[in-house]
Amino acid sequence: MKRVWSSLAMVAALALAAGSAQAQNLNVVSWGGAYTASQQQAYHDPYMAANPGVKIVNHDLGSGALAKLRAEVESGKVTLDLIDMTAADAIIACDEGLVEPIEPDTWLAAAPDGTPASKDFFAGTLTVGGTNCFIPQIVYSTTFGYRTDAFKGKQPSSLLDVFDLKAFPGKRALEKRPNNNMEWALIADGVPAKDVYKMLSTDEGVARAFAKLDTIKDQVIWWTKGAQPPQLLADGEVVIASAYNGRLFSAIVEKKQPIAIVWDWQAFDLDGWVVPKGGKNLAAVKKYVRFATDTQRLADQAKYISYGPARHSSAGLVGKHAKLGVDMKPHMPTSPENSKTVLISDYVWWADHQAELNDKFNAWLAK
Amino acid sequence: MPTPTDDVMRTADGTPLKISLQRALVRSRLRALLLVLPLLAFVLVFFLFPIGHMLFRSVDNRIVGSVLPRTAVAIQDWDPDRAKLPDEAVFEALVRDIQAAFKDRTLGRVGRRLNYEKPGMSSLFRKSGRGAARITGAPYRDRMIAIDKRWGDSSTWRLIHRESGALTSAYFLAAADLKLSERGAIVRQPEPRRIYLTLFYRTLWMSGLITVLCLLLGYPVSYLLATLPLRISNLLMILVLLPFWTSLLVRTTAWIALLQTEGVLNDIMVFAGLLSEDGRLQMIHNKFGTVVAMVHILLPFMILPLYSVMKTIPPSLMRAARSLGATPFTAFVRVYMPNTVAGVGAGCIMVFILSIGYYITPALVGGRTGTFISNFIALHVGETLNWGLAAALGALLLGLVLALYLIYDRIVGVDNMKLG
Repeated sequence: MKRVWSSLAMVAALALAAGSAQAQNLNVVSWGGAYTASQQQAYHDPYMAANPGVKIVNHDLGSGALAKLRAEVESGKVTLDLIDMTAADAIIACDEGLVEPIEPDTWLAAAPDGTPASKDFFAGTLTVGGTNCFIPQIVYSTTFGYRTDAFKGKQPSSLLDVFDLKAFPGKRALEKRPNNNMEWALIADGVPAKDVYKMLSTDEGVARAFAKLDTIKDQVIWWTKGAQPPQLLADGEVVIASAYNGRLFSAIVEKKQPIAIVWDWQAFDLDGWVVPKGGKNLAAVKKYVRFATDTQRLADQAKYISYGPARHSSAGLVGKHAKLGVDMKPHMPTSPENSKTVLISDYVWWADHQAELNDKFNAWLAK
Repeated sequence: MPTPTDDVMRTADGTPLKISLQRALVRSRLRALLLVLPLLAFVLVFFLFPIGHMLFRSVDNRIVGSVLPRTAVAIQDWDPDRAKLPDEAVFEALVRDIQAAFKDRTLGRVGRRLNYEKPGMSSLFRKSGRGAARITGAPYRDRMIAIDKRWGDSSTWRLIHRESGALTSAYFLAAADLKLSERGAIVRQPEPRRIYLTLFYRTLWMSGLITVLCLLLGYPVSYLLATLPLRISNLLMILVLLPFWTSLLVRTTAWIALLQTEGVLNDIMVFAGLLSEDGRLQMIHNKFGTVVAMVHILLPFMILPLYSVMKTIPPSLMRAARSLGATPFTAFVRVYMPNTVAGVGAGCIMVFILSIGYYITPALVGGRTGTFISNFIALHVGETLNWGLAAALGALLLGLVLALYLIYDRIVGVDNMKLG
């Protein structure tokens, strides 16, 4: 009898060993391109090296992730394990109950000096828009790039210059959505930044923003994909463009285009992880997220792309670009030099008004 | 065994021939049905069911009733036409519903749903979820109003009352730039929010223009393909098919490189002295760019059916017309063209229906004035996650296409259509 038991135990042990030897796939969704590459080098590769049993599979769904997530959760067959989303999308996903709530201090690693995660991530970023599903990774910004060869003499240096066609003639490129553009229009029209959302809540405020945008409307090309504005600048199609700061960095530093950045009133935004509800590998995902969002990993990502880590403790560790050897600190949207004037999106306000302003904005565009 | 005396023809076993024949027919029909059954099942499962399911979302309104079940029942007794607030029992139901939904994390869904109808509902429910979790007993009404004074506003309650049913017309109304007023009457959206009718109209007339241009350009090409000697027409065919096989994105991007203000075409015209350096033309990111790029992309869908029809027209017809005294022009118009109607019909309907639902090309080169309704369906599916509105817009587009198809059937006749 004893022999039977021991042989059974051996079989069980073998089965377990076989099970663990079989690689566990984690399906991670992100944006593709240079951004996924930075995550691959800063998070995925070191994690897979330390955990040979785990294989991280990238899926580049970009902004299609939200619709795919909803389709999967509704059908009950969740194949995605972890999704990289903007904060605004994460709020929608959280409100719709498509993602897991997180507990920062049990899920996430503390800073090296022992500060708990809930204190170490930038204030409010873990509870963005009053939700509790979002784990921020980076702070990125939508800011302005201009062609350095487009203007003789004085170069654009502020938000006002973007709206100044007399001093800086030429085409502009702006993102084809109301967000940021409406706020910028009001700030450029003289509204104090703290009153912008109160103003936009009224019909007069919206009309005032459109009136300001009207002054440049026929000189604007509207972009929808992040790759477009650097291309439009490089082709000389536009002289000033709003663009993601990481894309501008790549155009300026990596591709040596004659482009420079205006940081005045850059619009901060967050990008981070959400965990789909009903995923099969929750334990493995939690283990991975703990690693990928610790202080060192977030700082490492800044070696590959110019987005600011979302933890206080990571800021000091940001070093040089891995390939180009450029000091990355001056290229971070979060550096003190660049963030003197910053537009911070009011996510709660946008959740209320997005649908309404989408309609108004598109109706205004079609006119 | 007595032989039957009537004059009915019978088979060897004595059953009347008519019945026997019928049985054989039924059997063979069943066999035929069995053969198409897999296809039928495929169409049902992968085509009709998903489309039906998606279209149902355009009227589906179960969110309020499922997340706030007690409130949805309690509010039925309330009279929305009177200014008075619902009584304490409704508020108690609301508090219990919100507490349960806050715990299940479903409250955000109801906030988002009602926010489509009234901006601000999203934050109202977000705020109320946290607040109501602390309410332990009466008075419920005063406590809810203390959390947010909008609970004391009867317009909030009218909205909940209106949207507590299982079906809604709100998405279809929104898709037609209409809405329900607070009192339940159908009114137009305020002027700054009207957008979809403009887009439907634009999609239709631009698709019509694209179809006409495709016909004008495609007809002569197909004629050449069908009449030139094989050696040359084969080469021409390759020239038609090669772009057809190239990725859509590549072709669209190529048009951007050609047409942009610093692009090839403008450069040539400036070089040739036709344009000044400052007078470069804006040919992309507007209607013009959309039409040019889409005509190019959809042209093969016009040429191929036209070609297949023209190939079957015997050259002897034209020769006969000429020998009977017709000028080349008359022979072409009176003899050749009527024979190509089937191909023209097929090509036009194909190009028109494809362009009405086109989405990537207008998104990339349409700019401000050249985007289509499908770009907005994509926006609501992918970004705003308002699938009800997307479904309503899709249903209207589907209805529009079907209506046009019926009109076409009336005028030209679908039987006359020939795809190959």
